[in-house]
Amino acid sequence: MTTAQDTGTRQRPDAATVRRWLAVVTDPEIPVLSLEDLGVLRDIHWQDDTLMVVISPTYTGCPAMDRMRADIEATLRAKGVEKLHIREQLQPPWTTDWITGKGLAALQAYGIAPPRRSGEVRCPQCGSANTTLISRFGSTACKAMHKCEDCLEPFDHFKCH
Amino acid sequence: MNTAVPAQTQAADRREYALRLGDNALILGQRLSEWCGHGPFLEEDIALTNLSLDLIGQAQLLLDLAASQVPDDPFSDADKLAYLRDAHQFRNALLVEQPNGDFAHTILRQYLMDVHDEKLYSALASSQWPALADIARKVLKEIRYHKQHSGDWLHRLGQGTEESHARLQKALDDLWFYTPELFESDALNQRLQEAGVAPDMADIERQWRSEVEPAIQQAGLRLPESGWRATGGKKGHHSEHLGYILAEMQFLQRAYPGCEW
Ligand SMILES: [Zn+2]
Repeated sequence: MTTAQDTGTRQRPDAATVRRWLAVVTDPEIPVLSLEDLGVLRDIHWQDDTLMVVISPTYTGCPAMDRMRADIEATLRAKGVEKLHIREQLQPPWTTDWITGKGLAALQAYGIAPPRRSGEVRCPQCGSANTTLISRFGSTACKAMHKCEDCLEPFDHFKCH
Repeated sequence: MNTAVPAQTQAADRREYALRLGDNALILGQRLSEWCGHGPFLEEDIALTNLSLDLIGQAQLLLDLAASQVPDDPFSDADKLAYLRDAHQFRNALLVEQPNGDFAHTILRQYLMDVHDEKLYSALASSQWPALADIARKVLKEIRYHKQHSGDWLHRLGQGTEESHARLQKALDDLWFYTPELFESDALNQRLQEAGVAPDMADIERQWRSEVEPAIQQAGLRLPESGWRATGGKKGHHSEHLGYILAEMQFLQRAYPGCEW
């Protein structure tokens, strides 16, 4: 346990270091996506002696957001960060356009069709674009259910938002 | 949260307005959650509970905003507002507290509210109250998605079987006279409209009618003749249904005050 005086003199990790630490924090409902890949992590900076982490909520009622906040806090506390403030920022609203290329590829590999700007929904199993919507809503707020008409497999689609 | 507030508005007015918006989302979300495990089929069960979750998330933002306006408000956050107020302190429209009825009733009520919410929040996105405008722009994306869903069902049920058509027409006959209340404008609306915080509700009603009425006709339904109209929600005068909703929603906090898990 360090005292307040110790933290004052200890070197503060820069934003890039904090981002690296947070790479282990993932979406609890889609564990192959880190917060960075999901586009939720908006900003990291120091305000006086407090580390500010700014995140954008995905869906307003998404229960995973609470878990992500708790995981960010636990990760940074374990790295010795004492003064921490996690702020939710609504503007600009989160969009699936912020999911990184690495995140889109991870979704595909995990069996979830990634959101495409073209609106096309391709089967993550066989790659066919011959797919139909089963339901606009799925097991989490961010997903819809589709079916492949070629390989006949049902699959989740990460909705464009 | 952006804490800047528009000039020439009173904290009590801002609180009251945010309560009206938040309570509509909360009570409709709570109603939809009753479908959990009772949907007509699995996909629709999941859809209705997803809608519920979005609405309760929206309610949380709006009620937190309401709670943060007046210093030393005894209802200091969204949870206290949701779980500790009595029925006469709720400001939701009577439409959203009506029982779910059958699937046609639920879908019709949802469609009527989704179009209302889309028009209202589109206007609120340019509100002079920055925190409210931020929330409006966030929730609009969810509302538009909800409307696609309820609008599709309106058409499918209306143009479906004789049975589905008859049930949807019955729902329309039952619920139509709860809609004028959504567009009522009182002294509070006037003050906030003058301050650029809230829109002219007559304009929202025109936009709503120009979308809802043709959609109802295309679904093969007939608009009920004008008659009685429900009113009172904004003043806290509710139907007996709200008490039953609160009894279930608030039970835990009433029985075990402050309980968290
Ligand atoms: Zn396939």
